Amino acid sequence: MFYRESGVFKTSYAADMALLPLPSTRWAVAALLLLFVAVVPLVSDEYALSILSLILIAVVGAIGLNILVGYTDQVSIGHGAFMSVGAYTAANLIVRMHAPFWIAVPAGGLMAALIGVVVGIPSLRIKGLYLAISTLAAQLIIEWVINHVSWVSGGTQASIQVPPPSVFGVVLQRPWQIYLFLLAFVVLAIVGTQNLIRGRIGRAFIAVRDRDVAAEIIGIDIFRYKLLAFAISSFYAGVTGVLYSYYLGIANYEQFQLDVSINFLAMVIIGGLGSTLGPIFGAIFVTLLPIVTRRVLESAGGLFFAASDLSAVIPSLRLVIFGGLIIFFLVVEPEGLNRLWRNIRNYFRTWPFSY
Amino acid sequence: MPDFEWGFTLLLVSSGLMIGLMYSLIALGFVLVYKATDAINFAQGEFVMFAAIMAAASMDAGIPFWLAALLALTGMIAFCFGLERVVLRKLLGRPIIAVIMATIGLASLIRGFATLVFGAGVRAITLPVGDDPLYLGPIMLPPVQLVGAGVSLVFLAGFTWFFLRTRMGVAMRAVADNQTVSMGMGINVQRYFALAWALTGVVSALGGIIWGAMLGVDNQLPLVGLKVFPVVIMGGLDSIIGAVVGGLIVGVVEALAAGYLDPMVGGGTKDFAPYVLMILMLVIRPYGLFGTRRIDRI
Repeated sequence: MFYRESGVFKTSYAADMALLPLPSTRWAVAALLLLFVAVVPLVSDEYALSILSLILIAVVGAIGLNILVGYTDQVSIGHGAFMSVGAYTAANLIVRMHAPFWIAVPAGGLMAALIGVVVGIPSLRIKGLYLAISTLAAQLIIEWVINHVSWVSGGTQASIQVPPPSVFGVVLQRPWQIYLFLLAFVVLAIVGTQNLIRGRIGRAFIAVRDRDVAAEIIGIDIFRYKLLAFAISSFYAGVTGVLYSYYLGIANYEQFQLDVSINFLAMVIIGGLGSTLGPIFGAIFVTLLPIVTRRVLESAGGLFFAASDLSAVIPSLRLVIFGGLIIFFLVVEPEGLNRLWRNIRNYFRTWPFSY
Repeated sequence: MPDFEWGFTLLLVSSGLMIGLMYSLIALGFVLVYKATDAINFAQGEFVMFAAIMAAASMDAGIPFWLAALLALTGMIAFCFGLERVVLRKLLGRPIIAVIMATIGLASLIRGFATLVFGAGVRAITLPVGDDPLYLGPIMLPPVQLVGAGVSLVFLAGFTWFFLRTRMGVAMRAVADNQTVSMGMGINVQRYFALAWALTGVVSALGGIIWGAMLGVDNQLPLVGLKVFPVVIMGGLDSIIGAVVGGLIVGVVEALAAGYLDPMVGGGTKDFAPYVLMILMLVIRPYGLFGTRRIDRI
């Protein structure tokens, strides 16, 4: 992920396949972990921690969507709905059967994966645009079902209160506790994806993405791997939904509407398709965008707009910036923020002796 | 379930057909672009809203209806030409998701821009027709719907004629069929891509004025665009007659669902039923009723 090397000195396959190939990487990862586990919760106030938590949740979802979009080149505009499936499954389990988090989280993920497979079945027959449209339909249909079937949605306002998770008897209520809880899942998601992608399954995904006919000829069962990608990606989405409702203390379908699906697609596009760091950058970027827009406009917006208009201007300006950035990245830098990061890294790889 | 009544059903079906024709008009914009350039426009609803806002804002400024409509029309054509030149031409040959995402980004851009410039309030477009509905036995037809359906019919027929009889239309069909061969035959493919987008602009402007007159112009108007997908999937993505038939089917299904299913399940089936129908269609016959069979089965 982040390392500099001066050449290829690998002498065994194990060294070639290692997750952290260089000592310097191991140190960097350890330092980063220490930073996020120990230092950040100590120095951040509650507001910063709440933003960090939102970013962490978004990272899990974006990594999951990237498996689908980045590695197998299938589009889903229904990931918001898959998140709501996870959220409501977990909320029902928690409220009705007092399920602990280590049952609720995977159960939410599995349920979302199941629904994801059902929605993904059309991808056996169709691809590209048709798949995008059928996931859009799934988004609207799932939203409607949750909103209208009170057995699922808990009746009033279609929302279910979710009590905070408890780990080893400790009820996680403070922001830094929730933050660490979420961080654990992010680490799991990153390591899990890395291992998935460099293994047999990931290579099959990439083969299907790059040339499906050729992949089929070398013996990859395309249908199985496409559905598998859908299942894994929706599993991540379901987990994201559960985490989000733990974070909010409530499962509510309004948190998982079409714009959420689009936000996650934007994270993957802006961050850079088909990489692990890309969606992380994208998640940070897209989550911070509205917050930064608001901050900047509140302090400097008075120069351009009347103070009374500001509250109306901010959301529409956010939409403009958001849409503009998606188009900008698509046209100018299709490989996203990850490419920018790689350029910077490559520059420093040989710095200061670049010649 | 409410009892089956002929009068009520007839009323639902007739209004469904009218609305359906108006859906067809918007869906036509989608089909035109897909047919010619293979691009998918997820911002069709926003195009419609943008046109409607332009028309409504100029009417608010005291400009008479016909001039306002003309303004919206030229505005949309200019906008679409610019869009094709600045964004979509750069995305030619890129994976399908690039174009999908670009139009999704565009949708959010237009939505934000429109409220930023024209304000978020609800505006009205008044068509130069009265308010008295037309009665035909048990059927009651509001004039807005009648005009909308009429305009849609005229333009759908017009476009059919354009594609079958004019030089430009034939060239566009050639480009849609095979770009390389068209280039070889001396057709300027890029120009026809731009033309296809401009035609979408025309259709969206008309759709915007009609739908704006019916629903009022605000940031809810783009939701009409979500209905485009069931319509085009039912009819077939690259078929004009398909857009008409798909629009009629979706309109009628929607009206019947609202009339008969809503009392049973408590509302909202209007927006839901067309999508269920669409999923069925995708499973059974993904290329639609009139579409070309050219789906890669991989």
